[in-house]
Amino acid sequence: MRYLQAFRNPKAASALAELIAGEVNSRRDYYLMEFCGGHTHAIFHYGVQDLLPKNVHLVHGPGCPVCVLSLPRLNAAIELTQIPNVTLVSYGDMMRVPASRRQSLLKARARGADVRMALSAMDALDIATQLPYREVVFFAIGFETTTPATAHILMLAQKRRLKNFSVYCNHVVTPAAVQSILDSPEVRELGQVRIDGFIGPSHVSTVIGSQPYEYFAEEYQRPVVIAGFEPLDVMQAVHMLVRQLNAGHARVENQFTRGVTYAGNKKAQAIVSDVFELRRSLEWRGLGELPYSGLQIKPKYREFDAEHRFGIKTKPAVENAACQCPSIIRGIKKPPDCTIFGTVCTPRSPIGSCMVSSEGACAAYYKYRHDALAVAS
Amino acid sequence: MCLAIPVRVTAVLRDDWVEGVIGGIHCKFSCALIEQVSIGDYVIVHAGFAIARLDVEEAEITLALFDDIATHLREQGHAISPSFS
Repeated sequence: MRYLQAFRNPKAASALAELIAGEVNSRRDYYLMEFCGGHTHAIFHYGVQDLLPKNVHLVHGPGCPVCVLSLPRLNAAIELTQIPNVTLVSYGDMMRVPASRRQSLLKARARGADVRMALSAMDALDIATQLPYREVVFFAIGFETTTPATAHILMLAQKRRLKNFSVYCNHVVTPAAVQSILDSPEVRELGQVRIDGFIGPSHVSTVIGSQPYEYFAEEYQRPVVIAGFEPLDVMQAVHMLVRQLNAGHARVENQFTRGVTYAGNKKAQAIVSDVFELRRSLEWRGLGELPYSGLQIKPKYREFDAEHRFGIKTKPAVENAACQCPSIIRGIKKPPDCTIFGTVCTPRSPIGSCMVSSEGACAAYYKYRHDALAVAS
Repeated sequence: MCLAIPVRVTAVLRDDWVEGVIGGIHCKFSCALIEQVSIGDYVIVHAGFAIARLDVEEAEITLALFDDIATHLREQGHAISPSFS
């Protein structure tokens, strides 16, 4: 595939590395937050950090939907599976995420609950059609990339008059999370986290466009560059951010011109706004309650809302005290700063969500930097 | 979770379904979230749905820019060698 391999070309990466090295100001540091967990993994996988000058620091952000799903909501999903007639359909990423009392969807399945993995939201609809005698619930999670698909299947469910299908909606919105990072006391007052600019997620932005980021760039005076997920994309974005910071600019730029437009995918946006509306507030794992940061199903689709159908009530839950995921998600700490990282908490027996997800920062450190850490310690 | 991949459409089926090759395997995915596609179009696919069109012209412009950077630096006497593969 030309449009994958060509963006991993080592020669071009070296050239970009040279270019960045030639333009950074050695008298200052550059702290760039990659919002999305997909970027975190691309950066580690391709060793992008090692190609950058020492004063360009990449700070890992909260853009991993698996990591930010709140414990009470995950517990509620596991409780749903205990209802005898319920089949819960989930994206594979969620299966191993640790809930309270060391539970997980996978463990619930091992004990006999009917939990199924889906590669696409469409699979959930198919399962509901195939099992008319079961109550099929789709455990919907994700940012703006996955939201339109959930909206689409809700519309189809209504069209097909499915009586045994509902959605437990946990969709979240990117701009609210970026804002919460910028508004957090660690960034604003305490100065524990320094963020000079943002590497914005391209796939989310194919849907929402580059326009929603303008507010942050202006209001918080931080440049944002929307970048693709291949190593050359990330490096070009770093170069664009360095240039903006050197010039004292704070603008929204689009590196991923091959997929992202200013207004985004209008058709997908229309589908989403037909089905979903903003929740007044939603709890995020690691970030706490964030106003208008999540979506809920509109009243006209209420019959397909699992929260309504099953009267789901979330109960407060306590995180494992040793787990540093909340600080890692906000960029305050790095995975090796956590005492249980790589010892008690490993991808095989994760304690925190950042270790499970294929986009979590701990999983990235464990997979790509574990040897280096073992040698250092 | 938010990762998507570029795919070339090889067949257009009914009800917004299309086919493409992902990692050598023929896959079926939905195009319900984007405007009409035809065979040969490139789309960006995430979790069974195409969420955007891939603008081939823009992709080529970006790639040409990378070439230009490498050429320009070489002309200035920088030794460009692959430092990762």
